[in-house]
Amino acid sequence: MHVDTLAVTVVDGVAYGLLLAIAAAGLTVAFGAGGVLNLAHGVLIAAGGYIAATTTAGTWASLVAATVLATVAGAAGGGALAAATAALRGRGHLDQALLTFGIALIGGNLLTTIFGSDVLRPRMPAALEGTVMVAGYRYPVDRLAVLAVAVLVAAVGYVVLHRSRAGRLIRATVDDRAMVAGIGVNPRTVDAAVLVTSGALAGLAGALATPILGVGPGTADTTLLLSLIIVVCGGLGSVPGAVTAAIGVGVVQTVGVVTVPTAAPYLLIAAMTVTLVARRPTVPNGAAS
Amino acid sequence: MSAFTQAFAADRTPPLLKRGATAAFAAGAVTAVAMSPASYLHTTVARMLPLALLAVSVAVVTGHAGLPTLGQVAPYAVGAYLTARLALTGIDLAAVHLLTAAIGGAVVAGLIGTVLVRYRGTVFLMLSLAVAEVTAITAGQWRAVSGGTDGLAGIPAPRLLPGLPPLHGDRTVLLYAATIAVAATFVAVWLLRGDRRMLLTAARTNEDRARASGHLVYANLWMVHTAAGGLAGIAGALLIHTHRWITPADVGFGVAALALLAVVIGGARSLIGAAVGAVIVLIVRDIVAVEVPGHAPLLLGTLFVIGVYLLPGGLTALPTRLRRQLSAGPHSAPPAPANASVRRTS
Repeated sequence: MHVDTLAVTVVDGVAYGLLLAIAAAGLTVAFGAGGVLNLAHGVLIAAGGYIAATTTAGTWASLVAATVLATVAGAAGGGALAAATAALRGRGHLDQALLTFGIALIGGNLLTTIFGSDVLRPRMPAALEGTVMVAGYRYPVDRLAVLAVAVLVAAVGYVVLHRSRAGRLIRATVDDRAMVAGIGVNPRTVDAAVLVTSGALAGLAGALATPILGVGPGTADTTLLLSLIIVVCGGLGSVPGAVTAAIGVGVVQTVGVVTVPTAAPYLLIAAMTVTLVARRPTVPNGAAS
Repeated sequence: MSAFTQAFAADRTPPLLKRGATAAFAAGAVTAVAMSPASYLHTTVARMLPLALLAVSVAVVTGHAGLPTLGQVAPYAVGAYLTARLALTGIDLAAVHLLTAAIGGAVVAGLIGTVLVRYRGTVFLMLSLAVAEVTAITAGQWRAVSGGTDGLAGIPAPRLLPGLPPLHGDRTVLLYAATIAVAATFVAVWLLRGDRRMLLTAARTNEDRARASGHLVYANLWMVHTAAGGLAGIAGALLIHTHRWITPADVGFGVAALALLAVVIGGARSLIGAAVGAVIVLIVRDIVAVEVPGHAPLLLGTLFVIGVYLLPGGLTALPTRLRRQLSAGPHSAPPAPANASVRRTS
């Protein structure tokens, strides 16, 4: 393969990875802080995608409306999940994970019932439909726009998580729940806030991904599996780890499919297994029940 | 200390009489189905039995070893594809199929177990998810063995003995599959009695303490995981014997999730409960869901949610919970652990 083509594929991979990072960041914090392994995360992403695909009408206003609507819907879904899992406190992680899995089955079926089983794509404003020349290569404009938005969201997320009080509380809850309770903040409130934020990010990621990937019945499962791999590879609860892992997964996915198509399906699973096995002593052991 | 003894007391092996009653009930249920003239009923029930046995295998690993697993589909797939390949090459003795499948399943589970039994909780669950994914991907890609995503069809029926006619009739297949499934389940129940059960309870409830007392926790868990793989292999052979076709979807993540759901509904430590749970799950998926086409996942998801909320400890814990509530009144439910909200989760 030509080196330049490879470079373009790698850029694709990084863009894809950043989208995955937005999706997985919430998942990893929800697990690290409240111990909720949210298997309904993929459904929130797919819901965001469907909302984006059906709300956009080729105008800028509809594009903004679609993005906002997808984010709000994701946040609402996250709130519902927070309420549902809060009722199972003290019953162990496995019960919470199974509950979210049941919710994922229900939500996935409702989405297919409402939106049908075709792969949908959004209608973008004309300005985003073309291609531009970047360093001598044709590159789709919508993909560049998604890349820009993803970088922006990641930057804002970093600042919020590291510079604001809310972000510090979230990180503190991941590190030491008892200490957070000790300074007068209910860790359960933080858990709920994290699940809502995580849902909002999932909806946003779904909306951002549709111009590139489309959204269909397989979206929820695929994105959930990728997010889980990212969360596990990046270290449960670690946002920087998740971002690194997400970019790695994005690049492995896009470059792997182009260079070694037959082995590509195994690459990610292999990466996850190697990471887990290699990092054994430091992996937090979320004791299930 | 009292909590420790209670855990042991609650885990006591059921008395022989109770087990005999369960066996009689299972035999009675199968006979009742077999007596009915509806042959579609025979086929439907026979086809539930492989997943029921897989659920038993998952219950052994999840409930007794305390390792929540989605990975038992790997030995299940090995058993199924070995059986299919043997049958397609003309070796049609059921005993050969079952033995090969059990050994194949145990070998694969043993290999996977060397890595997996060192992990606990969610990390184990994730690794077992990886195992399930690799199984499905391999089944889809290894065309020479699996026939790719089209699967294998027209697999010849097995024979009980050389010279006997192949097992074709719906009622015959049902009786055969029920005999194998019930026998395998009771062998598993029998193997998990007494000291071994105590040892697994000890390893599950306080691993450090079990280790400090000199028990080889890893070795024990590995043995249980491997034996459960043998059980899953037998379930895979039954899958071929009852369906006589196989596609990668039959050994995929969906099946792994169903088996885990069956275990949650049945009650993690009860093998018979897991089998009953599997039958309930399949009745919802294959019989009830026919009434609302396209909404099987909706019904299964609802079953999941109900199972998690209303049945902590599963069906098998229900009589005890009801009795406790009745005798103690509605307001004296056991208090939740007070420090649950602030306890470190890792």
